[in-house]
Amino acid sequence: MILSIASGKGGTGKTLVATSLALSLAQERPVQLLDCDVEEPNAHILLRPSFSQHQKVSIPIPALDEEKCSYCGKCAEVCAYKAIAVFGDHVLIFPELCHGCGACSYLCPENALVEIDREVGVVEIGRSNGIEFVHGKLSVGEAMPTPVIREVKKHINGKSLAIIDVPPGTSCPVVESVKDSDFCLLVTEPTPFGLNDLTLAVDTVKELGIQPGVVINRDGLGDSKVEEYCLRRDIPILLRIPLDIEIARLYSRGITLVEGIPEWREAFRKLYYDIERNVLTPTKVSDK
Amino acid sequence: MKELVVISGKGGTGKTTIVASLAALATNKVMVDCDVDAADLDLLLQPMEQKRHDFWSGQKAVIDNEKCTQCGLCQDVCRFDAIRELHVDPVSCEGCAFCYHICPEEAITMQENLAGRWFISETKYGPMVHARLGIAQENSGKLVAMVRQQARDIAEKRGLDFILSDGPPGIGCPVISSLGGANLALLVTEPTLSGIHDLERIIGVCQHFGVPALVCINKYDMNDENAHRIEEYCCSRGIEVVSRIPFDNVVIEALVHGLPVVEYAQNGVARQMAQLWRTIAEVLGV
Repeated sequence: MILSIASGKGGTGKTLVATSLALSLAQERPVQLLDCDVEEPNAHILLRPSFSQHQKVSIPIPALDEEKCSYCGKCAEVCAYKAIAVFGDHVLIFPELCHGCGACSYLCPENALVEIDREVGVVEIGRSNGIEFVHGKLSVGEAMPTPVIREVKKHINGKSLAIIDVPPGTSCPVVESVKDSDFCLLVTEPTPFGLNDLTLAVDTVKELGIQPGVVINRDGLGDSKVEEYCLRRDIPILLRIPLDIEIARLYSRGITLVEGIPEWREAFRKLYYDIERNVLTPTKVSDK
Repeated sequence: MKELVVISGKGGTGKTTIVASLAALATNKVMVDCDVDAADLDLLLQPMEQKRHDFWSGQKAVIDNEKCTQCGLCQDVCRFDAIRELHVDPVSCEGCAFCYHICPEEAITMQENLAGRWFISETKYGPMVHARLGIAQENSGKLVAMVRQQARDIAEKRGLDFILSDGPPGIGCPVISSLGGANLALLVTEPTLSGIHDLERIIGVCQHFGVPALVCINKYDMNDENAHRIEEYCCSRGIEVVSRIPFDNVVIEALVHGLPVVEYAQNGVARQMAQLWRTIAEVLGV
């Protein structure tokens, strides 16, 4: 099963939930944790994995063979991202705009564009407490996280429970991280910001045809509108984590909730089994 | 005209809370919400929408089944895994048009994509430009560039000398788009190990793009030791920590009431916000 942990709003506790869920289940089943928040990955701070593999993530970008080029301008014409410009007998390539689609080099009538690798980030693989850990890191200054997210997700082995820590927001990096999940847990807080971003996240997840469930973090804060919204939209609230300065302090020191307060382990196990038993339709479970 | 962008790397550190208070304290300015995929500033500034515009950006491939001979070439060349069983998944399609160019039957067309909307509004604190990216859309960086340009146009037309921008979390495309050409970045962090890690990366982005930065430690008293580490780290990078805001539930109470915290309370948090604004105004000369 692929279970993604998303939120819309940042800082609601996605990584707290993802890491404690993974630790609570790792003794009884194979678990992978994939941190797809490649712009600001944090799960490794809590799980402290020992990394055994580092793989560069590159996208293919065009490089010009000037001897072959006839300056016909076809490459600039087909590039949807304006990453190539041809002026007279000059070809300018803007690597940071290139999505690596390959159209220019394939369509060049002179075969004058070869593809070279441009590094945009790294994927690191390791283990922690019986969990297979994978995360990606977008290089500082790079704009496009999706190629790194795609590489992280290639490590999903199909046999383990794959828990995906999703970046905040609702746009392309979120979609890339969440798509193909069997279920998406949305971590929110009971505030107007939490509610607004939850509604956006629910719409995104439903657009992808994925069933959402909610975790309310810092329960007791703010108001009851998140709860009313979940009732109205028939979205199950599967776990509540109370507003507790001790929980916040543990997180601030990089200690997972279930290691800091082991009684929480059972709540996270129950969370998983509720998703598996009650929320996923039986056909969908047996598909995987 | 000076532009301040409030960013953080890590989400949920308090960017919008701070921007709303700065909006209440600053004069002669325009606000812009650059977090276009989870925009929240409107919840505190209560904008009255004046103008609404569609944001068309990018294209999506569409296959004409009548012309398609199922040769599969489009599927073979697509690097975004967007064509499965000869059907285009619009969510995965990045609009590169490779398939459109190579289809031997000319069965593929590229259709313009409605990626979101943007708004020009009035608030009691001044004009505001904000946007909503469509569900599961890309090109948020372009929408950010659009709302920033609109804010600059408004500032010019109305003779406003300050643009106050609420930025998105992360370090990627919408952040870079929010940051380029800004006069100053205020980096809001929190004293958690995650906050420190993410601050290091966002400082790297600011330095990469040559934008000067100041740091604000929000909820600094949640972990004094980490707050101290942030101060030492910033010092080593030559960046000044200009504000330390204590944890206080009044921030959430203000949020529930839909008000900037400086309009809701006169406590330590409100005083820190006022001090922060004086520092920023001095640095920017506004």
